[in-house]
Amino acid sequence: MNETFTARVWLLGDDIDTDIIIPTEYLALKTVEDMKPYAFSPLRPELAGQIRPGDVIVAGKNFGCGSSREQAPEIIKALGVRCVIAKSFARIFFRNAINNGLLLIENPDLHDAVEEGQEVQVELGRCLRANGKEFPIASLPENLLEIIEAGGLVKAMRRRNGLE
Amino acid sequence: MGATIIEKIVGRNIGRTDVKPGDIVTVNVDRVMIHDIFIPFVAEKFEEMGFTKLWDPDRVVLIYDHLVPASQVDDTRHFRVGNAFVEKYGMKNIHRSDGICHQLMTEAGYVKPGNIVFGTDSHTTTYGCVGAFSSGIGYTEMASILGTGTMWIKVPETIRVNIEGELPANVSSKEIILRLVVDLRADGATYQAVEFAGSTVEAMSVASRMTMSNMAVEAGAKCALFTPDEKTAAYCEIPLTEAETSLVGDADAVYARTLNYRAEDFVPVLACPSQVDNIHPVAELAGTKIDQVFLGSCTNGRLEDLQRAAAIIRGKKVAPFVKFIVTPASRKIYR
Repeated sequence: MNETFTARVWLLGDDIDTDIIIPTEYLALKTVEDMKPYAFSPLRPELAGQIRPGDVIVAGKNFGCGSSREQAPEIIKALGVRCVIAKSFARIFFRNAINNGLLLIENPDLHDAVEEGQEVQVELGRCLRANGKEFPIASLPENLLEIIEAGGLVKAMRRRNGLE
Repeated sequence: MGATIIEKIVGRNIGRTDVKPGDIVTVNVDRVMIHDIFIPFVAEKFEEMGFTKLWDPDRVVLIYDHLVPASQVDDTRHFRVGNAFVEKYGMKNIHRSDGICHQLMTEAGYVKPGNIVFGTDSHTTTYGCVGAFSSGIGYTEMASILGTGTMWIKVPETIRVNIEGELPANVSSKEIILRLVVDLRADGATYQAVEFAGSTVEAMSVASRMTMSNMAVEAGAKCALFTPDEKTAAYCEIPLTEAETSLVGDADAVYARTLNYRAEDFVPVLACPSQVDNIHPVAELAGTKIDQVFLGSCTNGRLEDLQRAAAIIRGKKVAPFVKFIVTPASRKIYR
């Protein structure tokens, strides 16, 4: 997964918890597709309808804190979000996101240097670029990138076993 | 630069000496524990992933304990699926009514110091009592371990907890961990490792340490570790070598936080309904009428717990309006 892409930014703050990402009352809906329109509704009810495939979310610290519901990363992925870039991630969300095939990037500085609607260029494993500035990012180990690229842990294992 | 216990365990597992918090690494799993609630989901994911054999049947332990005895018709399905899985994939380590999973994992010798162990239960942190890195995972991750023997982890930061001195009478390791859960929750220990040290924990039995490792997860800890000593070695029936005793947090290791306690400051406490951190000194609650007493569970169903209770009630009678239930944590303890 050695690639570069440019994406439109949606800006969110600190401590975006899983109750904001998908409130409990919608978890009973049958599929992630059904839940998708309610993503981020407690904070910005219109956001789910505005996000277009290929956009990125740029957030503050502790993104994904709160309950361990796996639907949270699944819904963000279902909205077509290319990746989430945050100052830090809640660790259980981090695991769930990788294992459900959602790319996460940690960077402490981009959030304060970019505005909503602007574009950010992502060069995986190297850096982020926005407003003429570069922000270095760590690279993820190859096997984790394989999980993300396959679309999650189950799919990665199926691919490993020659099923996909 | 020095290392914490978790950094040493992970480093040895992957053959590196420069492991630091935040690193994402793939570890080789020494043992896994699956209990009856999750076996149907694990089995389904395992086959959906396309695996046809276990990476190492000897390293997989299946324990029926949550649904024993089965209280719903559907519970028996878990046993049928489990039995079929054991048969199909040639597993030998299955316990159908020997006790609570976490008690059995250490008692039956499945976990040794320095091991990396995963289980489908949040209280899998228990095995830190013998110096093993053990943590709870979900059934999808468990299925992938069954096929590959590996799992990716993000190396956690460590909170160091030093406890020095002699505990007052009627104060046990349970009092310490209840107090810690309250103190740690205030700032959160979520997904951090907790490392215990000091003369108080050195003087503790493995069973007492087990109570603390077991409950550390209530503060969100990923694991809760004790340095193996001669008591650990005797419990695990292994010789004590440098491999075990070196699993100690170095003086120059980097800790997220260090908490210091004096043993004499602990008092007997009760966790009141409905949260584990709703803690009050027993003295404040003296005189409260009791309806039921339960002595047991994976936290406190060990011989020393039973002996302690027996010493308190010796020569006394259970009041007629009190229901008193005792369930030792395993068949071995019962004997």
